[in-house]
Amino acid sequence: MTTDTTVSWTTPSPVEVALTRTFDAPQQLVFEAFTEPEHVARWMLGPEGWTMPVCEIDLRPGGRWHMVWRRTDGSEMAMTGEYLEVTPWSKTVQTESWGPGWASTVNTTRFIADGDRTTVVQTMEFPSQADRDRALGTGMKDGAEVSYERLAAHLAAAG
Amino acid sequence: MADDPLSITFAALADPTRRAILARLANGAATVKELSEPFAMSGPAVSKHLRVLERAGLITRGRDAQWRPCALDATPLREVTEWADGFRRFWDDSYRRLDSYLERMKEQDDDD
Repeated sequence: MTTDTTVSWTTPSPVEVALTRTFDAPQQLVFEAFTEPEHVARWMLGPEGWTMPVCEIDLRPGGRWHMVWRRTDGSEMAMTGEYLEVTPWSKTVQTESWGPGWASTVNTTRFIADGDRTTVVQTMEFPSQADRDRALGTGMKDGAEVSYERLAAHLAAAG
Repeated sequence: MADDPLSITFAALADPTRRAILARLANGAATVKELSEPFAMSGPAVSKHLRVLERAGLITRGRDAQWRPCALDATPLREVTEWADGFRRFWDDSYRRLDSYLERMKEQDDDD
């Protein structure tokens, strides 16, 4: 029996992006893989060539988490945040910040048991609509061009 | 609330009407009147969205006092699309690695 391992991307609301993926493992095991440092550091590494030398998770409401990735050339990137809600084996809610120059998000991860399988739904909430009319600055303009066709496809997908 | 460029772009993109306006402008410049038609919105309502897009650096407005045609400035969007591509690849690759890692975890559980 093979599990459908396609990641599906949806926008449940104007300020949210959700990733849904099914894993061929029971709920408790998947929850532990996502929340225990010794497991997280072994798989949450993105493309080949990255390691996670620092993975600290204080898994309780108000607890902080901190992860550092390192590439073979020595370059690093870090993420920090705070757990807002922890419901063992079924749900976590955490803030996530990539540091200055990056968007801060609120990430909700749901672990939905389905027999011996588990569907994980990760929802990222971007800055709220209430904040969108604040006085805005403009980013650096480097004059770089993008393909408008690709852009239109992105916008259509986001709509 | 973060006021980094990426957050500002996301906040401007958080509204489906504004995303649709940008998608329309990706095909070429347009006046407020031309933008109002497909959205069944009043001119002032569209203008409000355009002000948000303009403050986020996503559109530029022409000098013509009467028409002030809007044009897309894709620079901030490039940052967002790069971020989205990187994000997607990060999770695709990580999830594939997690598939085999979970197999190992299951074997460990069986051994305990």
